[in-house]
Amino acid sequence: MPETKTRFSYREAVRDAMSQAMRRDPDVFVMGQDIAEHGGSQKVTLGMLEEFGPDRVRNAPISEMALTGAGIGAAMLGMRPIVEIMYEDFLTLAMEQLVNHAAKERYMSGGQLKVPLTVRTQGGAGWSSAAQHGQQTEGWFVGVPGLKVVYPSTPRDARGLLWSSIYDDNCVVFFEHVQLYNQREELPEELEPIPLGKARIARAGEDVTVVATGPLVPEALAAAEQAEQDGISVEVVDPRTLQPLDEEAILESVRKTSRCVVAHEAVRRMGFGAEVAALVQEKAFDWLDAPVERVGACFSPLPFAPSLERACIPRREQVYAAIKRTVGSE
Amino acid sequence: MTELDFMTSPQSGELGRFLQQMLLIRYFEQQVEERYRDAEIPGFVHVAIGQEAVAVGACAALAPGDVITSTHRSHAHTLAKGTPARAVMAELYGKVEGCSRGRGGSMHLYDVERGNLGSSAVVGGALGIATGAALAFSLRSEPRVALAFFGDGATASGLFHESMNLAQLWRLPVVFLCENNRWAESTPLAQHSPIADLTQRAQAFGMTALEVDGQDVEAVYRATAEALAHARSAAGPVFVLAETYRLAPHNVGDQQEYRDKEEYELTRSTQDPIAKLRERLALSDERFAELEREAEAAVADAVEFARHGTDPDPQTLLEDVYA
Ligand SMILES: Cc1ncc(C[n+]2csc(CCOP(=O)(O)OP(=O)(O)O)c2C)c(N)n1
Ligand SMILES: [Mg+2]
Repeated sequence: MPETKTRFSYREAVRDAMSQAMRRDPDVFVMGQDIAEHGGSQKVTLGMLEEFGPDRVRNAPISEMALTGAGIGAAMLGMRPIVEIMYEDFLTLAMEQLVNHAAKERYMSGGQLKVPLTVRTQGGAGWSSAAQHGQQTEGWFVGVPGLKVVYPSTPRDARGLLWSSIYDDNCVVFFEHVQLYNQREELPEELEPIPLGKARIARAGEDVTVVATGPLVPEALAAAEQAEQDGISVEVVDPRTLQPLDEEAILESVRKTSRCVVAHEAVRRMGFGAEVAALVQEKAFDWLDAPVERVGACFSPLPFAPSLERACIPRREQVYAAIKRTVGSE
Repeated sequence: MTELDFMTSPQSGELGRFLQQMLLIRYFEQQVEERYRDAEIPGFVHVAIGQEAVAVGACAALAPGDVITSTHRSHAHTLAKGTPARAVMAELYGKVEGCSRGRGGSMHLYDVERGNLGSSAVVGGALGIATGAALAFSLRSEPRVALAFFGDGATASGLFHESMNLAQLWRLPVVFLCENNRWAESTPLAQHSPIADLTQRAQAFGMTALEVDGQDVEAVYRATAEALAHARSAAGPVFVLAETYRLAPHNVGDQQEYRDKEEYELTRSTQDPIAKLRERLALSDERFAELEREAEAAVADAVEFARHGTDPDPQTLLEDVYA
């Protein structure tokens, strides 16, 4: 029988992973602000209230800390809650519970507890949402032992990785990007789980490796097209899971290309890319033909004015320029 | 305050058992102070001398299947919830035989099998967790209750207010048990709370509140039993305010220069929950001395056990960072 495929948007892919899990498993439920009738600020949970009812698609007060704590408590009792934090900027309010509790309960209890909680959130720049609704915060969580961090860039990855996050026995902070919600991809009806900690080669190439996350993956692919015109063959690696990181996939690619660019939308300084650059120089130094290039946002709060935002946030032009620098043909 | 119709009292003989548990905790805590001063116990420790009746009375009222969360001052709660003194002491010594395998220490005692979801050393930090455990019970329609212990100081934290609001909004089976020992470290209640009557905190959320003499173990037992019955019947959470006294420094080593010496000595001589229970039971000196010796021996055994415990192997350092 031919496989039936449907075009899923990234938004629908996230919804489908939650719905499929909730259909087969009464221990999965979702709570967050405005997620019921309204479908969430980005409409990701739209329609789920009708199918699952208000107990399992739970509208919550503006209490990010208690909501995250409640997710941890329910997870300790063996449920698999999903907490939606409306904007990743507001993870700051949940940070204490994530860092001191979700990440540490297993360790502090000597292995007695598990916290299978998924915290979904979204954000990102490109629409003048200004300094409190558009910053990228994933870099703050990758340095916390005990947390896992996932950041998909395609509908397929979003669906398969969210499923694996829900069924992971650890707390996963799951980042979605507002600019990716309408990306579409043909997917089979049947959900294909994607294991956490496995990178994806988004494009194969020979001369330069670009390690990109979130919206910088499609941007890097566009930059790679452009570089191709110049005779530069670019490989794009999307880690997809930032913690645990698929170090081997990155190193294998760099050992092949001998050049590396790291690109993310979060601020460049002290960012996730710094860790990747350190990894590459520690474990692939002898293969490198050029310094590792880092692409990221400027070190300022995210500005409001479109002209300033464009100047701060990296897109394909900055990735392209970094590729050119690594091959010495700026 | 909502009328609570469920009334219960400890069964005969139970008060004697309460006394034994309170004595065990008292001797345990006194030994902890000494062992800490002798540098046998690392880190820093908070003892619950003066607050034994709250831990014992409240835990005795819990049903099998109920869970608790605790605080930085966690030894009494953990012992009262049934963890053997050996396992608690071994944890304080950082040994593999400890109730958290030496990963937690004094402020992070866990015993999940016995319904102890652990203690948070972030003041107020476990209140969301207790609320979430209650959410799980509610979603699964299980007749279980989560009870969170916390201090007066925690009622100023954001998570306390968020959790109280959420629990009442969703009618979750959780009991918020506040031990008002009138101090948050060196800060007296009047310097951290704009209200003297902390049950007003609950009124703000429309939550049922009970106030109880925390030095009277039977009263604590009865109040907690009422609160649990209310929560278990899906009528919503209850705030229990146990008025109690910290008859010890905040942590071992604290000189309490902020506390009036005379007031402190007077409180110690008039508000000892063990002395009150002993009087109530009209125990003979011989019988009481016998119970004291039993408790002392159990604690001495726990100390020996802990001293001979196993130091965790550095090879296991990264175990249980992830499940
Ligand atoms: C969030 C946080 N702030 C500060 C501290 C330091 N601290 C530890 S115990 C304590 C006082 C807590 O008072 P209370 O809640 O009344 O509990 P008690 O010590 O009286 O048992 C403080 C300030 C902490 N552990 N956590
Ligand atoms: Mg106090």
